[in-house]
Order: sequence, then structure tokens, then C-alpha cells
Amino acid sequence: MAQLELFLQTLISGFLLGGLYALIALGMALIMGVMRVINLAHGDFMMIAMYIAYWLFTFFGIDPYVSVFIAAPAMFLFGLGIQKYLLTPVMKVDSILPHNQVILTVGLAMVFSNLATVFFTGDYRSTPVSYASSAWYLTDFWKNSPVELSLSMPWTLSFIIAVMITIALWIFLTKTDTGKSIRATSQDLDAALLMGVNVNWVRMVTFGIGLVLVAVAGCLFLPIYYLYPALGKQFTNIGFVIAVIGGMGSTDGAIIGGLILGIFESMTATYIGMGWAPAGRFSIFVAALVFLPGGVASILRKRRLGK
Amino acid sequence: MLEIKNIDVFYGDVQVIWDISFEVKQSEIVALIGANGAGKSTTLKTISGILRPKKGEILFNGIAIHKVEPYKLIETGIVHVPEGRRLFVEMTVEENLDMGSLKGEAKTDRGKTRALVYEIFPRLLERKKQLAGTLSGGEQQMLAIGRGLMGKPKLQMFDEPSLGLSPILVKDIFNVIKRIKEEGTTVLIVEQNVKQTLAIADRAYVLENGRIVIQGTGESLLNNEHVKTAYLGV
Repeated sequence: MAQLELFLQTLISGFLLGGLYALIALGMALIMGVMRVINLAHGDFMMIAMYIAYWLFTFFGIDPYVSVFIAAPAMFLFGLGIQKYLLTPVMKVDSILPHNQVILTVGLAMVFSNLATVFFTGDYRSTPVSYASSAWYLTDFWKNSPVELSLSMPWTLSFIIAVMITIALWIFLTKTDTGKSIRATSQDLDAALLMGVNVNWVRMVTFGIGLVLVAVAGCLFLPIYYLYPALGKQFTNIGFVIAVIGGMGSTDGAIIGGLILGIFESMTATYIGMGWAPAGRFSIFVAALVFLPGGVASILRKRRLGK
Repeated sequence: MLEIKNIDVFYGDVQVIWDISFEVKQSEIVALIGANGAGKSTTLKTISGILRPKKGEILFNGIAIHKVEPYKLIETGIVHVPEGRRLFVEMTVEENLDMGSLKGEAKTDRGKTRALVYEIFPRLLERKKQLAGTLSGGEQQMLAIGRGLMGKPKLQMFDEPSLGLSPILVKDIFNVIKRIKEEGTTVLIVEQNVKQTLAIADRAYVLENGRIVIQGTGESLLNNEHVKTAYLGV
């Protein structure tokens, strides 16, 4: 019974972690779909959002969950600016490398993480929220339960908010003209242009929304994680691995890929050892590249379009 | 209505359109015909702003549209139904139609125009919740035309609407184009299906190697010796 308990508990934590991973990957997937650019500064944008939430907590006592409503709009505007003044101009430059914009994002990542080190030092920080170690227990709800499982309160809250944001994103993408324009642009840019879509505007909005998603993920990670300037790289990696598992640029794939990676990492940590989680991440990354090159999205597409 | 005046168009350093001039008048069907690589699609792409002329100008109701941002073109009343349909394959039929009516009056009248499109193409109504990528070739062409109609165009441009369709479907599509004209929309069509195109066209221009070599009414071109030997195989 203890074995089963451990397994279920691991599954639950993996699922909760996966929900947050999915949020990070969703932003990356949207940007990848519309701009055909891998945003290699994605994790660093998350780091910035986390510092915003951290300072709001330290100076004003604002709960990181409330900071979502400050950090996300701020990152949205930041994203509009980055796309308009840095990424779009670079697109027009002819060079031997077709992916100038990707290189630019690498540069941005370096600048952000180094600026953060200069201004905020390399210290590890965390927000000591009062509910950090609160949890719900299965036996509280079901007295005679054969197994005992616990749900950490901050993890669960973060997961629920992540799900709500994902649903809001889905409604935006399917029900509004702007949302439809974003999907249309990612499917066929020239055709979208012919339909009167202002593609440069769509690019800006998409980048902004991508940063909103990763900012929310940052705020949700803050109470359950620690913060330091170089943290971005790790989360960019995670986002990229999920993009490969889920299928480049696919939002559905990002959600499924995020959950797969969360559960997989949680299982590796429990059954092999804490330190092996990154190794697990890379083995599943390589496995996805070898056995499912198009990612989960290729399976979904096959089922939907029948080809 | 639409005047093309002495345009030169290049792909990089390669000139593909040489000093082309033609015009489309209100409520006409005008056809551009010619072989592969003659520059027909390039001409349409230049009108819709995807390519820019190096020389010359393009006027639509007096507006110099070769200087208009491509995404604003649809607001002037020109809708381009591109070659190969270019649908948003992972969106539903209805969402594709919505995409055709993003701006101004087309957006306000979305419901009404959609009802009209469904009346012209009942098949699309049956499949409105289906993803565009799951439609058959003929249905996809209907959707591409329908999506164009959603923009309430004054001038609708068709690039190879009959490409890859069975003869019966080709006939249907040409009938629809005739109907669109009868309802007051001007049509500019690019086709390789020369015989049927000339049959519905008021006037036509023959393009060869990026130059206009013959022009005239649809009927006169059907009887033109050069057109007969080069394009009709008689």
C-alpha cells in the first residue's frame, strides 16, 4: 500500500508541476507558431516577472498570487515593445543566418540575467508566504480512505490559476477576432495578410500574450520555488523540451507536453533521485526527437485532419 | 475601376513583368490567361500588395494602391482569392468565413453575408463546424471563394479557381463566378483553363513571358488564331 501511495503522490505532484510547465510552454508555443521563432529568452522574461512579484511582496507585502495582476500587464506592454522595436526590425535584415531573431533572443537572455545579477545580486530569494506549507489531506475528506494523499496548498492554488488562465486563453483564441487572427497568422501568414490582418500588430500582441503567460507562471512559481538571476536558462530549457514533445508551435501540444514532462520529472525524482530530474528531461527530449519527431501535435493533427 | 499602368515587377534581380498595362471596368469579368510562368499570378500578387512594382502605378477607383499597406487593401474593396486556396486548415469552415470579414462594413454585416454564402454553397452550411483541412478539394475552393465574398468586395480577384478540380466542379465554380458578377461584383480572374474562362469573360488579356501579347473580348480571343493554336489545341 505504501508503494501505491508513493506512486499516486508522485503522479499528483507531477500533474501539478506539469500544469505550470504547460503555462510556460504555451507562451513559447504561441510565439513560435506566429513568428516561427524560438524565444530563447522565455525563461528570462519569467525571471523578470518573478523579481517584479518578489519586490512587490518584499516592499508592499503583496501576495505573489495578487502580483499576477500587476506583473502580467507590465510584461504584456514590455512584450509589445520588444517585438516592435527589437524583433520586427531585425526580421528585415538580410544575413547569412535566417534566424536573426532567435539570436536576438539569446542576446536578450544574456542581458536580462546579467542586469538582474548587477542590480539584485546573485542571492537566492524566496517569498515566505504564510501558507507555504499548508496542505489538504485526503483523510480530511474521506475518513476511511485506504491511502493517504496530500495536496500542497500553494501548488494546488498555482495549478488552479494556471488552468483558469489556459481556459481564458482558449476562449480568447477561439471566440475573438483578434484571437482568430493570431491562429490564422500562425497557419498561413500570407493568407492572413490578404484577409486584412495587420500581421505586425498580431506579432506584437502575440509576443505580449506569450510574456503574459510566462509572467503568470513566474508569479505562480514564486511561492513554491526560489529566485535567482540565472534561473531563466533552466525554464527556457523546459519550455523548449516541451515544445519538442508537444510539437513546435502547437498550443494543445504545449499543454499535453507540459503535463507529460511534469509527471515524468516527478517520477524520475521519486524513483531515481532528485538530482536526476534534468537527466530525465533530456532523455525524454531525445526520445521525442527520435520516436515522435512532430511531437504530440502530429498525432492530434492526424486525428483531426485525417492525414 | 482598376487601372494597371506600365508596371515592371522583379523577383530579386529577375524581371518577370515587363511594362504591363490593362484595366478592369465596373461590373466586368476580365481574364488574364497564359501558360505557366507567364506572370499571371505575379500580376495578381502585385495588385494585392504582396509584391511591389518597381515602376508604374496601380490605381483602384483613383487610389494608388501600390502604396497601400497590403493588410489595408481589403478595406479599399479588393479581395484576392489566392491560388491553392490558402485556407486556414486547422480552423473551422465558419471561422474561415469570419476571417474574411474582419474590417468595417464586412464585419457589421457578417451574419447577413454568411447567410448569403451558405445560400450559394449549401455544402458549406452542412460542414460549418468541420475543420477546413478535412474538406474535399471542391469544398475547399467553395470555402476560399466564400471567404472572399465575406469581405463584401467591389472587385474580387481569383487565382486559378479551377486548379485540381473535376470537370463538373469546374463548371460549378465558373457558374458561381458568373453569379458573383451578376450580383454586382467586378471580377478579375487568372486561369489556365482558357476555353471556359474566355466563355464567361467580357474581356481578356493574354500574357506571355511577362508581357501582354493579345487583348480583346472573350469571344474574339476564342476565335483568335494564336490563342487557338497555343492554348486551345485546335
